[in-house]
Amino acid sequence: MGLKIIVCAKQVPDTTEVKIDPVKNTLIREGVPSILNNDDANALEEALRIKDKYPDTHITVISMGPLQAKDMLIECLAMGADEAILASDRKLGGSDTWATSNALAAVIRKLGHFDIIFAGRQAIDGDTAQVGPQIAEKLGIPQVTYVSEFEMDGDTIIVKRALEDGYERIRLKMPCMLTAIKELNKPRYMTIGGIYEATKKEIPVWTAEDIGVDLNTVGLEASPTNVFRSFTPAPKGKGIMIEGDGEKELARNLLINLKAKHVI
Amino acid sequence: MNFQLTKEQEFVRKMVRKFAENEVEPIAADIDKEHRFPVETVAKMRDYGLLGVPFPKEYGGAGGDHIAYAITVEELSRVCASTGVICSAHTSLCGWPLFAYGTKEQKEKYLIPVAKGEKLGAFGLTEPNAGTDASSQQTRAVDKGDHWELNGTKVFITNGGYADVYIIFAMTDKSKGSRGISAFIVEKDFPGFSIGKTEEKMGICASSTTELIFQNCKVPKENLLGKVGEGFKIAMTTLDGGRIGIAAQALGIAQGAFDVTVEYMKARKQFGRSLSKFQALQFEVADMKTRIEAARLLIYYAADLKDRKQKYGANAAMAKLYASETAMYVTTKCVQLHGGYGFTKDYPVERMMRDAKITEIYEGTSEVQRMVIAADVFRK
Repeated sequence: MGLKIIVCAKQVPDTTEVKIDPVKNTLIREGVPSILNNDDANALEEALRIKDKYPDTHITVISMGPLQAKDMLIECLAMGADEAILASDRKLGGSDTWATSNALAAVIRKLGHFDIIFAGRQAIDGDTAQVGPQIAEKLGIPQVTYVSEFEMDGDTIIVKRALEDGYERIRLKMPCMLTAIKELNKPRYMTIGGIYEATKKEIPVWTAEDIGVDLNTVGLEASPTNVFRSFTPAPKGKGIMIEGDGEKELARNLLINLKAKHVI
Repeated sequence: MNFQLTKEQEFVRKMVRKFAENEVEPIAADIDKEHRFPVETVAKMRDYGLLGVPFPKEYGGAGGDHIAYAITVEELSRVCASTGVICSAHTSLCGWPLFAYGTKEQKEKYLIPVAKGEKLGAFGLTEPNAGTDASSQQTRAVDKGDHWELNGTKVFITNGGYADVYIIFAMTDKSKGSRGISAFIVEKDFPGFSIGKTEEKMGICASSTTELIFQNCKVPKENLLGKVGEGFKIAMTTLDGGRIGIAAQALGIAQGAFDVTVEYMKARKQFGRSLSKFQALQFEVADMKTRIEAARLLIYYAADLKDRKQKYGANAAMAKLYASETAMYVTTKCVQLHGGYGFTKDYPVERMMRDAKITEIYEGTSEVQRMVIAADVFRK
């Protein structure tokens, strides 16, 4: 079938190990390992499952970030992606989601033909969930976010889109953009053999000039949003599961709890 | 001199640690309690290339080196020493002699599926009356013209009963002593080959340790590994490499016990402060950490010598001796630092201390390692 799939991936600090400076309210990055963003691993896994089924599928992973993001791309290659490209340039630094999606859309245009773009729902460091959808808008292709199930049906795709109170089943045509959530699959590990192949592969680094992006639309200066303040949310208490035999008793136990806490 | 791991070796550690923490650690206590060989883990190790780390790609391996292999066994053993030894015995004791001594045909037929992990490997040298005195082999192999006939019993065979391919040593000419021993490749289904008693052990309870029984076992002529009479040399050079694997297993056990103990010491409070604040206990931690690091350097150095095709037998013996004694030292201290909790099965250090003991015994006892090291000293 020869599908061409592009996966958008980001290198992020492992937030399970991140601490926040209580005075400056910024992330303490020192000594924190960098990882492939969780949802992006789900995005790549789904692409790899398509490749497992149709071996002539070609997977290109793209990312924007500093040169050290190459390590994350090596991980993607060691999991089974065919090639990886890093957009890296001082001129792209400080980009917000709008500017980032301008750069990544330019990378994708330069790559040319594709059938599916997979991205993670959101990155664990910014939690915006905007870059994937913005890329789709800029490329003028259909998109489905929060994909929790995926299947190919002839030359169309059927996906399940998870919503807070239910789900949608959507059929769409390629080319398209899909953003993955963790329910979509369980990402595989690198293979040992894959590691030794991946480190031998060249990962091209494309500059702002290489991708031909308008310099007025990327970088810190061009970004319409900036971080106003970051803070550590106060920890929430643990939830309580109300127990009881039957609805009446459950309701009674709920009322007892609410009264005990002087809510009512 | 370069103490930096390569990028590949760092990625191997990252991958195996994640694999071990997600796939191996959650079942480690259960399979120990149930004395259950984790077939499902072996299948996963196969899928991710963990069963052929140091072998070239052309022979089905991952194309890695022996430091990456040591890291693999270390990281598996950090959470489960049973899983570590399944990988180590398979790779070092079956895959390696096939790689080093096998003919082109033997490599095609046996090394490729072993390195891919499609077939599990084992090694049979030890006998009821041939332990440390390994050259006193009583298993006999007789040339029957169109095949070899094996008779005898092997004991304490790791992966016994689960392995598909066994490297078996037998006496082909008793008059020649250790030069009368030959090595054979035996498949689990060969007629006359059966699995005997399964051992009930103190530790590494999820690994399989069995007797192998040969009763007029028919082995094809082409399954002689190396030349007639070369068996003892094959066994000894194989064990040189195996010691890197067991040393790495011991290191992993020590590191695993150390890591959980450091976390425990931060959390556990007595006399109004956490254990980590008591200087007497901090000193224990410092001593453990120092020994662990020293063991690690000895192991990686021996593995590096092996990769650079230099003489490494005595270095592997030093690594195995020091790492296994470190594993006992560290796990015993870790149980002590856990107090009463450390003596219960609710905490992993109890299992780790039981698992550590065997590393001082198998693939050459600590006494044998000292013999090897001393012989090397006085040979010069």
